[in-house]
Amino acid sequence: MADDKSNAAEYWKANVRLIFGCLIVWAFVSYGCAILFRPLLAGIPVGGTDLGFWFAQQGSILTFIVLIFFYAWRMNKLDKKYGLEE
Amino acid sequence: MSQFAINLLFVGASFALYIGIAIWARAGSTKDFYVAGGGVHPITNGMATAADWMSAASFISMAGLLASGGYANSTFLMGWTGGYVILAMLLAPYLRKFGKFTVPDFIGDRFYSNTARFVAIVCLIIASVTYVIGQMTGAGVAFSRFLEVSNTWGIWLAALIVFLYAVFGGMKGITYTQVAQYIVLIVAYTIPAVFIAFQLTGNPIPMFGMFSTHTESGIPLLQKLDDVVSALGFQDYTADVDNKLNMVLFTLSLMVGTAGLPHVIIRFFTVPKVADARWSAGWALVFIALLYLTAPAVGSMARLNLMTTVYPEMAGQVENYDEAAQNPILYEERPEWFRTWEDTGLITFNDVNNDGRIQFYNDATDYTDRGWEGNELTVNNDILVLANPEIANLPGWVIGLIAAGGIAAALSTAAGLLLAISSAISHDLIKTMINPKISEKGEMLAARISMGGAILLATYLGLNPPGFAAQTVALAFGIAGASLFPALMMGIFSTRMNNMGAIAGMLAGLICTLLYIFTYLGWFFIPGTNTLANTPDNWILGISPLSFGAVGAMINFAVAFAVSSVTAAPPREIQELVESVRYPKGAGAAVDH
Repeated sequence: MADDKSNAAEYWKANVRLIFGCLIVWAFVSYGCAILFRPLLAGIPVGGTDLGFWFAQQGSILTFIVLIFFYAWRMNKLDKKYGLEE
Repeated sequence: MSQFAINLLFVGASFALYIGIAIWARAGSTKDFYVAGGGVHPITNGMATAADWMSAASFISMAGLLASGGYANSTFLMGWTGGYVILAMLLAPYLRKFGKFTVPDFIGDRFYSNTARFVAIVCLIIASVTYVIGQMTGAGVAFSRFLEVSNTWGIWLAALIVFLYAVFGGMKGITYTQVAQYIVLIVAYTIPAVFIAFQLTGNPIPMFGMFSTHTESGIPLLQKLDDVVSALGFQDYTADVDNKLNMVLFTLSLMVGTAGLPHVIIRFFTVPKVADARWSAGWALVFIALLYLTAPAVGSMARLNLMTTVYPEMAGQVENYDEAAQNPILYEERPEWFRTWEDTGLITFNDVNNDGRIQFYNDATDYTDRGWEGNELTVNNDILVLANPEIANLPGWVIGLIAAGGIAAALSTAAGLLLAISSAISHDLIKTMINPKISEKGEMLAARISMGGAILLATYLGLNPPGFAAQTVALAFGIAGASLFPALMMGIFSTRMNNMGAIAGMLAGLICTLLYIFTYLGWFFIPGTNTLANTPDNWILGISPLSFGAVGAMINFAVAFAVSSVTAAPPREIQELVESVRYPKGAGAAVDH
């Protein structure tokens, strides 16, 4: 029982770490590249405008998709590793 | 065949499809009615979620918002997609594991309090009712434009169709009609976009065409657009925004609002397993992105097309924009689509300087040296998507498809919202709070009657829109983000969060957000009652009332943790409940109490 508990606690810690990592990327592409750092990226041209504009209208959405699938894939592995899958 | 007959054929065929699905997918139990039996494949659910999510606003208005606002309105794109990242990681899998039917179910059980449940029900109903009015009026506009019926008849017709499949099919009927509606709306949206991208840039993929070279002028499309609009006194399309704090908070408000909207969350209760809820969120975003990645291309290209229609000399390689601006088209020579939309009043022309030409420019800029005495053309943003096929000279069947697509977008979202409203009434209010002894059959009947009642209410409000109807973004997203999202998240991620903390937090988030909105937009949205004028100078730290949801969410978290830390920890069984939602093992299908 004690083992089960510490096992589960470790699983949850690993999940929270993973979420934290994913959300850093999530915030970096949207609030970072697309909004706050856009002036810094102004020198990088993308099709008639700059990289920040591309992130705001395309790049952030594409990154969001990758993030969700990456998270689902990693969590499936964690579920199995800790024996907590359905 | 006349355009009217083609439209009728497309819309009629799509309705026959929805009703056929409704007959096939009747709900036999409350589990069918609330969560479609809990056996929906994650990709199917992803597609249904996309249709559930993409409303008349996404289909009709989004491209227009981008066309008029350019870079500044990227907030909608990021906010309405980024919410799915936090939904997939912070809410959906655990709420699926919890395995009940509704959002108030979780809040009431997790915070062992019917007060918390009731606050959640009220928030859900305000947010969903505000949202559904927009869908009814959107469907009314689409009907009246394409089927030549009055707005009133359009709304009644929309109500009847939703009634047929939502009352009989419940979530099961809604799920499968949403899949069909997704296919209709995405095909309708993409086809004209592909044609226009190809015409303007030679690249048929809109999301790439937008960043390619504009064929006629040989310079990048976005640069061309910047040149044209700035020559007419408008702000550059790609211009940066000064108030970054407000832009960040607005995006964040839309994201937490998206994650906290009950009609979206309940879609994830329909999949068989916790892992499916995670995959399904990814698929939902893929299907949503097909439209959201195309929308900026439609927006920018439609804006350029509109400008070069009025100023044909600006389309090619231009040496001197001032000179090209002198020769807008004669009003008498306006294209056919222009005339059609004038009839609806969504395009209006007023020849201020009586020269017979259309001067279309930013009024705030002084162009008296060009002999201009004021802007002469107003174009409603909402027509860009609907007029797209006509602007690009596409065949009549594409216009019929757009009609069916716009109506599909409005109906699918309306159905999802109506289900969230009716299940909050029949399940949370009647079954859980008022009469727990109600039989399965009795609850089904209650669910169907609540659904019918919700449809009638939505129809009435669609016909007589109250002041708050136009405030979907402020009200629905503000409340979902400031009140529901933090409560749900703390219920999962904090074992220590107790009933007092959650209730205090939800109320604090809700009340602060409403106060801030009412201060600038009018008390209870009654025009003229606002305490301060709704201008950036008056906003606290430059935060617009639409961006306040994110601040409300922070207030919610802060108050909840403060109150919780000085009151008793939740009972042991509640802490065990929190533990259990965190681990996928032993989920099983969604169950009743």
